[in-house]
Amino acid sequence: MIDFLSHYIYYIGAFGLIFIGIFIILVKHNLIKVIIGISILDTGVNLFLISVGYISDGTAPIFSSPDMKAENMVDPVPQALVLTAIVIGVAVLALALSLAIKLYKHYGTLNLRKIKEMKW
Amino acid sequence: MKILISIILLCVIALGTGLVLEMIPFGEPKTKIGEYYIDNGVEKTGAVNIVTAVVLDYRGFDTLGEITVLFIAAVGLGSVLFSSKKSDKDKKQEPASLILSTGCRFLFPLILLLGAYIFVHGHLSPGGGFQGGAVIASAFVLVYLGCPGIRVNKTGTKIVESLGGLIFITMGLLGLLFGGYFLLNFLPKGIAHTLLSAGIIPIIYVAIGFKVGSELAGIIDNLIGRP
Repeated sequence: MIDFLSHYIYYIGAFGLIFIGIFIILVKHNLIKVIIGISILDTGVNLFLISVGYISDGTAPIFSSPDMKAENMVDPVPQALVLTAIVIGVAVLALALSLAIKLYKHYGTLNLRKIKEMKW
Repeated sequence: MKILISIILLCVIALGTGLVLEMIPFGEPKTKIGEYYIDNGVEKTGAVNIVTAVVLDYRGFDTLGEITVLFIAAVGLGSVLFSSKKSDKDKKQEPASLILSTGCRFLFPLILLLGAYIFVHGHLSPGGGFQGGAVIASAFVLVYLGCPGIRVNKTGTKIVESLGGLIFITMGLLGLLFGGYFLLNFLPKGIAHTLLSAGIIPIIYVAIGFKVGSELAGIIDNLIGRP
């Protein structure tokens, strides 16, 4: 068990964040909390992608001095994906918040139970 | 009841993902393509930061799509929050304390400088256009919170944003003109580890830095609302 934990601790942490995010989205009634849940889910997905590309004792894929050798560098492709995904996440979060502002102006509440069309 | 259903659902999903994840080894090299980029990236693209080489050279078209998504999100936010009538109640804004207003005036150009440094050196050190743009936008957050009353010039942010996108697409089309395919690195690569190297990568990253910075500043301006 401990061996499994120490071997997969990054995956467990990333999916822990993802499940916390899904749980918040499913259970909470306040729209702001749901948006926070979406943000946590986003962070978890980014962390998972990064940890998939990790190599044991690896360094960043940057040749910071001319005499550096190309050995034991982590996979650059997931890092490049996550780099843009973070900024997209911020923009999507801002878009969701603007929709929340409009909903509050229209219904006068952020409680999803009181907004009739948004119940599940 | 709802909480119980949610917990059961999450347990089922967790069991499934756990069974799958157990087959993915942690900390071992998985893709051939990553090794190829690390081995050949510096001589093929001239950028010593391999992540930048992947973002702007190997997957440059993908990055064009990503900044389009960012642009659409910013436009959507602007159109959702757009209201033609000004807010009727003019709330008196309390001036911030002397320490706060002086501090934000002092820090604003320094944060801009840090952001510019990060995106100009994107091909040499950790960082790049997206990160530098986010740092620049954080400077605008500081001004909005610390010095109430000062607003960003909206036409200015729109012009800078459009120019950034235009420069990116123009560089891509020039590659099409000179070498036959979109986003070809047609400029000389120069000597690696120097600032003026890697062809079109620094130019595009500076354009992305300006674009992301002005876009996020516009988003913050929209979210804070009309004065």
